[in-house]
Amino acid sequence: MRESALQEQYRQQQKRRKYRVHFLRLFLFILFLALWEISARTGLIDSFIFSSPSQIAETCISLTLEEGLFVHIGVTLYETLASFLLVLVFGVGAAVVLWLFPGAARVCEPYLVILNSLPKSALAPLLIVWLGANTTTIIVSGMSVAIFGSIMNLYTGFSEIDKDKLTLIYTLGGTKRHALFKVVLPGSIPLILSVLKVNIGLCLVGVIIGEFIGARQGLGFLIIYASQVFKMPWLISSIVILCVIAVILYFLLNLLERWYTRKR
Amino acid sequence: MNQPLLELQNLSLSYHTMEGEVAALSDISFSVREGEFAAVVGPSGCGKSTILNLISGLLPIEKGEIFFRGEKLSKDSPLNIGYMLQKDHLFEWRTVYKNIILGLEIRRQMTPENLARADALIDQYGLSSFRDARPSQLSGGMRQRAALIRTMVLDPDLMLLDEPFSALDYQTRLSVADDIGTILRSAGKTAILVTHDISEAVSMADRVIVLSSRPARIRTIIPISLSLGNTPRTPMTSRNAPDFKTYFNLIWKELHADA
Ligand SMILES: Nc1ncnc2c1ncn2[C@@H]1O[C@H](COP(=O)(O)OP(=O)(O)OP(=O)(O)O)[C@@H](O)[C@H]1O
Ligand SMILES: [Mg+2]
Repeated sequence: MRESALQEQYRQQQKRRKYRVHFLRLFLFILFLALWEISARTGLIDSFIFSSPSQIAETCISLTLEEGLFVHIGVTLYETLASFLLVLVFGVGAAVVLWLFPGAARVCEPYLVILNSLPKSALAPLLIVWLGANTTTIIVSGMSVAIFGSIMNLYTGFSEIDKDKLTLIYTLGGTKRHALFKVVLPGSIPLILSVLKVNIGLCLVGVIIGEFIGARQGLGFLIIYASQVFKMPWLISSIVILCVIAVILYFLLNLLERWYTRKR
Repeated sequence: MNQPLLELQNLSLSYHTMEGEVAALSDISFSVREGEFAAVVGPSGCGKSTILNLISGLLPIEKGEIFFRGEKLSKDSPLNIGYMLQKDHLFEWRTVYKNIILGLEIRRQMTPENLARADALIDQYGLSSFRDARPSQLSGGMRQRAALIRTMVLDPDLMLLDEPFSALDYQTRLSVADDIGTILRSAGKTAILVTHDISEAVSMADRVIVLSSRPARIRTIIPISLSLGNTPRTPMTSRNAPDFKTYFNLIWKELHADA
């Protein structure tokens, strides 16, 4: 009985600790907003340049009513998700091809490394010239940031699968195709999920870069436009919304990953 | 009908690497009769796994020949072989049952009869309550059983066991070896066990093939016939046989003859 009392105490303690962390996080956020608001109102910071939380809230409402904010959000979301899914398909596809043909992989490796280390924002102007200022270009721009790293990470993961696991498939009479579908792919799902978590942020970056230079719609366009006409509340509001979108997308992928680990 | 099930004739093999040629096998010849349990012992790295890989066709034959029921082995007529490796390699993303039928799945042999045999083996070897469990929920011994059933459902003509117990701790290893040895014997399977544990070889095998260090040559082949009286032979009872020690010492001397 004494042990279970101690156990109870321990659990309570852990729970309190957890609540305290949550509380402090929230507190820090509110403190930040309050300080921002107060400094803006008392003139400690120039509210024309730094805006303020209340101004941002007002701007969000007026943007929604007058400028079709949700259309911009929708466009950016659509482009991000499209490039994200295309990176998934092409990334896994290319990594599988490289795994199937190790000779080809060795030939391609230096090119992948170069393409991956290239600052992708430099590609966006080129893409606009090649493909025109349209949605496709922006989706390709989103893909360009994530695709090469994904291929390299996935291919490395695929080739690090325990050789004995592949041998097992061959001893059961399987072929390379069986090794791929019974071992390599199912065994790489945790890796694929973690690559996806990185990719969603990267695709968002690529899409915003694309929208900066070649769009009439989307949050990236809104940001560039606002900066050009010096509408700071618009600019900051768009960035805040972008922040929220990034958090939500990451959170959703986290849920997917947790669901998968729970299922096993 | 005195034809051996499997016959290796003058097998030699070298591995080729940039650092040079590594001679692994040198003139290996032996045969295994139907229903026999043979053990191959030798110093580590001498080429034991290489022999099994040649028999199973994982490695192409370089020099020499292998006959199965008198027919020469070739690429187009691979043997129906059950292979047990050091680790069980049960896939964590499959249930125990799905792991067991992996071979049937790969060979497209998921017939009702085969699935029924899988079920029967699962029941017979006490895994029914773990059917839908994940491999990580099984003990080390249970995992090796599941790995054994995975090969047994394919009804192999020959079982190759490559140090299947060496990843287990000593206690578990004794009981798992006893377990698997008994199962294989009662199923009448022909088996070749590779090990560097002499007592494991003596306790399980009808014949022990002793190899030299690399490149492996056959040093001697020792038939094991333990005086057990009326007790049926299992790995456990073999260990208690009075002449167990004699065989152990004999093999130990052979292994350390040139050291
Ligand atoms: N693919 C390979 N390329 C080059 N050398 C190899 C290769 N595979 C094995 N060897 C070498 O050939 C020798 C025999 O290998 P093998 O795996 O058959 O030995 P083993 O007796 O099974 O060893 P262990 O006791 O470690 O299991 C070893 O010295 C090993 O280093
Ligand atoms: Mg070996």
